[in-house]
Amino acid sequence: MAAPDPIISVRGLVTNLGGRLIHDHVDLDVRRGEVIAIVGGSGSGKSVLLRSIVGLMRPASGSIHVFGEDVLAMDNGAMRALQRRWGVLFQDGALFSSQTVAENIQVPLREFTDVPQPLMNEIAAIKLAMVGLEADTAAKYPSELSGGMRKRASLARALALDPEIVFLDEPTAGLDPIAAAAFDALIASLQKSLGLTVFMVTHDLDTLHAIASRVAVLVDRKLKVGTIDAVRADPNPWIQEYFSGPRGRAAIGATR
Amino acid sequence: MTNPWFHLDRSGGTLRLTAGGAWTVYHAGIIDAGLRRLEPDGAPIVEIDAGQVEALDTTGVWLLLRTRTQLANAGARIAAFEVPEHYRPLFQVIETDTPPPPAVVRTKDTFADFFERIGRATHETLTQAVGILGYVGRITIEWFKAVTRPQRHFRFTATVRQIEEVGINALPIVGLLMFLVGVVLAYQGSDQLKKFGLDIFTVNALGIGVLRELGVLITAIIIAGRSGSAFTAQIGTMKVNEEIDAMQTMGLNVDDVLILPRVTGLVIALPFLTFYADIVALIGGAIMCYFDMGITAPMFVRQLHQAINLDTFLVGMIKAPVFAYVIGMVGCFEGLNVERNAASVGKLTTRSVVEAVFLVIVLDAGFSVMFSILGI
Repeated sequence: MAAPDPIISVRGLVTNLGGRLIHDHVDLDVRRGEVIAIVGGSGSGKSVLLRSIVGLMRPASGSIHVFGEDVLAMDNGAMRALQRRWGVLFQDGALFSSQTVAENIQVPLREFTDVPQPLMNEIAAIKLAMVGLEADTAAKYPSELSGGMRKRASLARALALDPEIVFLDEPTAGLDPIAAAAFDALIASLQKSLGLTVFMVTHDLDTLHAIASRVAVLVDRKLKVGTIDAVRADPNPWIQEYFSGPRGRAAIGATR
Repeated sequence: MTNPWFHLDRSGGTLRLTAGGAWTVYHAGIIDAGLRRLEPDGAPIVEIDAGQVEALDTTGVWLLLRTRTQLANAGARIAAFEVPEHYRPLFQVIETDTPPPPAVVRTKDTFADFFERIGRATHETLTQAVGILGYVGRITIEWFKAVTRPQRHFRFTATVRQIEEVGINALPIVGLLMFLVGVVLAYQGSDQLKKFGLDIFTVNALGIGVLRELGVLITAIIIAGRSGSAFTAQIGTMKVNEEIDAMQTMGLNVDDVLILPRVTGLVIALPFLTFYADIVALIGGAIMCYFDMGITAPMFVRQLHQAINLDTFLVGMIKAPVFAYVIGMVGCFEGLNVERNAASVGKLTTRSVVEAVFLVIVLDAGFSVMFSILGI
């Protein structure tokens, strides 16, 4: 199943947290342009995997390559060059609360480019329109936004530099079903038009069916990767419970 | 990647704009100003050819579209708009969603804003003053309830826990600092008094200074920085986390659970801390007196005994519970004022410490005036 040119490649990843083994030799390849969804029970280490790939946590052993470069053996300069090629959407948005939405979106622009301020304002306005927010959101502070708007604004910030990969940590958690479906549609359309690779941690079965090209299930400290149908055929009890429990069946029914 | 470029050809009534290079956000600064100045200059027809663009992102797309709109608005007819085929989807995203003129980020301060800010600050200060008065009243009522019906309102375990946290755990820092204060006072005192041959009176200055004023004052300021801030941060974080709301919905009285144990614990602990601080400062001073002037411990104690009486000690001690009450109340009050964002916790913690130290020093001055009128 190894693709010729994986954009993210994880090999033999072992993570220990407080003496507890979270990942036991996890392997994962993410192909350019796909939407991969990481699912798993609460506390199974999905977010830890995401945080390891973007360099927020150091695994005990194993290797992580993004764009073919070794994330773990990287100096600060190389890491900075890498960081502008991806965007991360954190669970609750993680917008800087002391800045307006427009200023939030402009943070990466200010840090990595020498775009003049008027153009920067225009870029902020485009990104807001891309994620479906009104233009007047630009001057608002994160505390004035609803949860769904915060996520959209945060996605706009993640997209500020037109990254090749976006990491989404539970993009639809805490959204009402309509807002969640709209967010799914938004990610799907952006992914298509911008050619993004999407690495997504989620619980949401509807999201999974709506936009994921492949699914990676984190069970018993290992990853099982494949298309939804292939993974669903796995006899593992947690996977069976997840996909064939009442919610899993409802989500399948909805897509058929 | 090559830098972006564009050039213009005029043939007859047609202005042809050819673009190439990497039109991305990283290089957009190079061409932005030039594109903004672009005008058709009377050419009725404009053709835009971006077929040679090597790399394009949303910013590059925006620049092309903005230029097109700009030229069209200046009266030219856009006869052609060519873009590389594989970037078409990108144009669709922006074209369908192109925003109206970009939003203003933040308005500059004007002179009128200056008055607005003064007005807001005044209003906020007054509201704050009224708020703290109401809060003091509420806590006092809760306190009376707790005293009259301790089994229902008074949290004994939590209070003891707070005494440990604000009192016992503060012993090392208070001890070290007060020891140094004693050393410094004795050294400075002896330096001056030596000139008059009054070395021994260093002990008087030290004893009275520490017991009446410095012991309690410095301890209170340390505790305001250490525990007052902790109260605000703890309660504030709980507020951010909706824990306070959870308590209220469960029928728990926030004042009973969070405020009374903290304030009571501090009021009990601070007098003991002050006593400890007094002793340590005197020890520090005594050691300095011995090394600097050869005043032995028995001489020091005899001199101290002559210099001070019980009142000197009590004047200092009586302030301790008052200061503790103020520090605790301010710390908890500001904690409850925290709003649901991260910046608020930091802002109010700072404010809590500043207010507590301010009030402690003002009250200390008040005590001094009162004692001098009473002639103590």
